[in-house]
Amino acid sequence: MVNMNRPLDLRKKPRIGESAIQALLFFAGILSVFTTLAIVFVLGKEALLFFNDPEVTLAEFFTSTKWAPAIGDFGIWALVSATLTTSAIAILVAVPLGMSAAIYLSEYASPRARSILKPLLEILAGIPTVVYGYFALLFVTPILRSLTGEDNLGVYNMLSAGLVMGIMILPLISSMSEDALSAVPRSLREAAYAMGATPFEASVQVVLPAALSGIGAAVIVGISRAVGETMIVAVASGATSEFTFNPLQAAETMTAHIARISGGDLSYNSIDYNSLFAIALMLFLVTLVLNLVSQWVVAKFREQYE
Amino acid sequence: MAKYTYPEEKDLQKFVVARYRKAWIWQTLFLGSLLVAIVSLLALLLNVVDGAFGYVAYEFKKDPSTISAKPIEQLTQQELAALLQANLSTGAYKKLNNETPMGERSESDLYGLVLERIIQVDTKATYSLSDSLFRKAEIQAEVAEKYPKARLDFRYWLTPNFLTSPQSSKAEFAGVRTAILGSIWLVLIAVTLALPVGVGAAIYLQEYARKNSINTLIQTNINNLAGVPSIVYGMLGLAIFVRAFEIFTSGAMFGIVDANGRTIMSAGLTMGILVLPLVIINAQEAIKAVPDSIRQAAFGVGATKWQTVWSHILPSALPGILTGSILAMSRAVGETAPLIIVGASTFISQDPSGPFSKFTALPIQIYQWTARAQSEFHNIAAAAILVLLILLLTLNASAILLRNRFQRRY
Repeated sequence: MVNMNRPLDLRKKPRIGESAIQALLFFAGILSVFTTLAIVFVLGKEALLFFNDPEVTLAEFFTSTKWAPAIGDFGIWALVSATLTTSAIAILVAVPLGMSAAIYLSEYASPRARSILKPLLEILAGIPTVVYGYFALLFVTPILRSLTGEDNLGVYNMLSAGLVMGIMILPLISSMSEDALSAVPRSLREAAYAMGATPFEASVQVVLPAALSGIGAAVIVGISRAVGETMIVAVASGATSEFTFNPLQAAETMTAHIARISGGDLSYNSIDYNSLFAIALMLFLVTLVLNLVSQWVVAKFREQYE
Repeated sequence: MAKYTYPEEKDLQKFVVARYRKAWIWQTLFLGSLLVAIVSLLALLLNVVDGAFGYVAYEFKKDPSTISAKPIEQLTQQELAALLQANLSTGAYKKLNNETPMGERSESDLYGLVLERIIQVDTKATYSLSDSLFRKAEIQAEVAEKYPKARLDFRYWLTPNFLTSPQSSKAEFAGVRTAILGSIWLVLIAVTLALPVGVGAAIYLQEYARKNSINTLIQTNINNLAGVPSIVYGMLGLAIFVRAFEIFTSGAMFGIVDANGRTIMSAGLTMGILVLPLVIINAQEAIKAVPDSIRQAAFGVGATKWQTVWSHILPSALPGILTGSILAMSRAVGETAPLIIVGASTFISQDPSGPFSKFTALPIQIYQWTARAQSEFHNIAAAAILVLLILLLTLNASAILLRNRFQRRY
C-alpha cells in the first residue's frame, strides 16, 4: 500500500539495472567500430612490417609491374592490372544489363510480372560466389574457348571470370537502381505522359535523371563488390601474377593472390605473409573509399520530392 | 520572332510513329536484359544439375570374380567382412576394425570398403547428364574404343551415400558429411556471436541513441562494414583469432594439446564478425517498422525504457529479426574466401569433434573439387553444389515463411 501520509515522490529515480542494460547495448553498438579499428590496426601493422623489410621499397610496391615474392619482386601493379581488367569487364556487363532490368521492372512490368521476376533476380543474388566460380570454369570458359578457338584462349582467363562476375553483380545493381527509380514520385511520370511522352521518353528522360544519384551509388557499390570478389577469380582466372590487361590471358587478381598464398602452408612473420596484409590493406582502402563515395553521392545529389 | 509552323498532319503522324517505334525497341531491349539475367540463372542451375548425374566409364583394378564366387552385390554383411579380412593386409584390417568394429558396420559401408580397398574402381571418363541422355550411342562407341575393358554405368553422384560418407581422396567414394558438419558448427558459432550482439546494437541505435556524433559514427561505420570484402574479414580472422587468440581458439586453454588456431572456433568467430553488420541492419529495419504508438502506450502505463523494449518492441520486431538472421546465416553458409584464409583443412576425413577441431566446410569442398583437373571431381563438386543450394533454398524459404506467417501489419 502507498503511504498516503507521505507526499508521493515523482522525481526520476536512478535505476541501476536500466543503466547497466543501456551500457551493455551501447557496447554492442560500439563493437562494430572496434571491428573497423581492428581491421585497420591489423592490416596496418603487418603492412608496416612488410614495408620496413629491406627488400621492399614503397616506390617499388607502387610502380613496379612484377610480383615474384620468391626473388624479392613486389610490384602491386601485376595484381592490380588483373583486378582492374576483371572488374572492368564485370562492370561493362553488369551496369547496362542491370540498369535496363531495373528500368523494365520499375517502369514497364505489371505487378504480376514483377512478383515473378524480382524473386528470380534475388535467387541470382543469393547464390554463393564459389558456385559462380564453378559456372565460370566449367560452363562459360568452355563456351568461350569453342567460340574463339582453343589456341587463343586458355583454360584460365580473365574474360570468363569477368563475365561471370558481371552476372553476379547484376542483381545488386538492378535492385539498388530499381529502389532509386521506384522512389521517384508518380507525378513526374504523369506530367511526362501528359506532355505526350512515350513510355521510353518518360522513363529515360524524366525518371532516370531524377533517380541518377541512387543509380550512381549502385554502380559504385557494384565496382567495390567486383574489386573485392575472390572466389570467381580464384577458380577461373588463373594463378600467375602477370602484368597484363589482355582479358584473354590468365592473371591473378589481388584477392585471388591472397586466397592462393594463404591457402597453402604459410609461415607467420615471413615476408610473404606480411605482403598479403599490404595487399589486403590496399583492397580495404579502395573499397572503403568507394563505399564512402557512394554514400556521399546519395546524400549530395539526391533529388528531394515531397 | 521566328514564326513556328506546325508540321503537316502526315509528318506529325510519321514523327509520332517513329517515336513509338523507338520506345518499343527500347522496351524490348530492357526486357531482354532482364531475360539475360534469368537465362544466366537457368544456365547456372542446369549446368550444375548436368554435372551431378551422368555416365561413368570405369575399370576394376581387381576383377571381382577372382575374389568371390558370388557377385559381391549379393554378399551378406558377414561375408563382406570376411572378404575384407582375407584380402586386406593384417595391419590395414586392424586399423579399420579399430575405427569401427566390423560387426557394427552396415552392409553398404562394408560394400563400399570392398570396392574402395580391394577391387579399386578406376574411373576413366565421366559424362554430363545432357551428353548421357542425347549422345548415348556415341558415348558407348567411344568407351568401347578407348577403354575396351571398362564398364559404363549411369551414376547419380548425389546420393544419400554422398551425404553420409566422409571426405575421401577418391571421388567415387567421397562424401560431404565432414563438410556439412563443419558448416553447421561454423554457422552455430557465428550466429551465437552475431545474433545477440547484432540485435543489441540495433536496439541501441534505434531506441537509445540520440543524434550525436558518436552514434552517427557507429551507424556510418556499420554501413561501411557491410561493404568490406569478405577476404579482408578473413585476414582479420587470421591475425586476431588464429594467431593472437591462439591459446583460446586452439583449445589450449581447455587442455587440448597438439592443435593450432586454425579451428572451427576461429572460422566461426570470423564468420560472426562478417555477418554482424548484416544482422544489425536487418534488425534495425525490423525495429523501425514497429509503430511509435506501441512505445507510447508502454511509456504511458509507466514502463521503463527497457521494459518497453523487452516486452513490447522486441516481440513485435521478432519475426523481422529472425528473418534477417536466417538471411545472415545463409550468407555465412555460402561464404568461402574467409574460410580459406583462416585455414580450413583441404583434406580431413574425421568428423569435427567440437569447436576446437580442424574442419572443412561445404563451400571449401566445392572449391577444392572444382579446382581439381580430373572430371570425376567436377561431378562431385556439382553434387556438393546441389547440396549447398538445397540447403540455402531451405533456409531462405523458411525465412519467407516466417515473414509471411508472423509479420504484423500496423
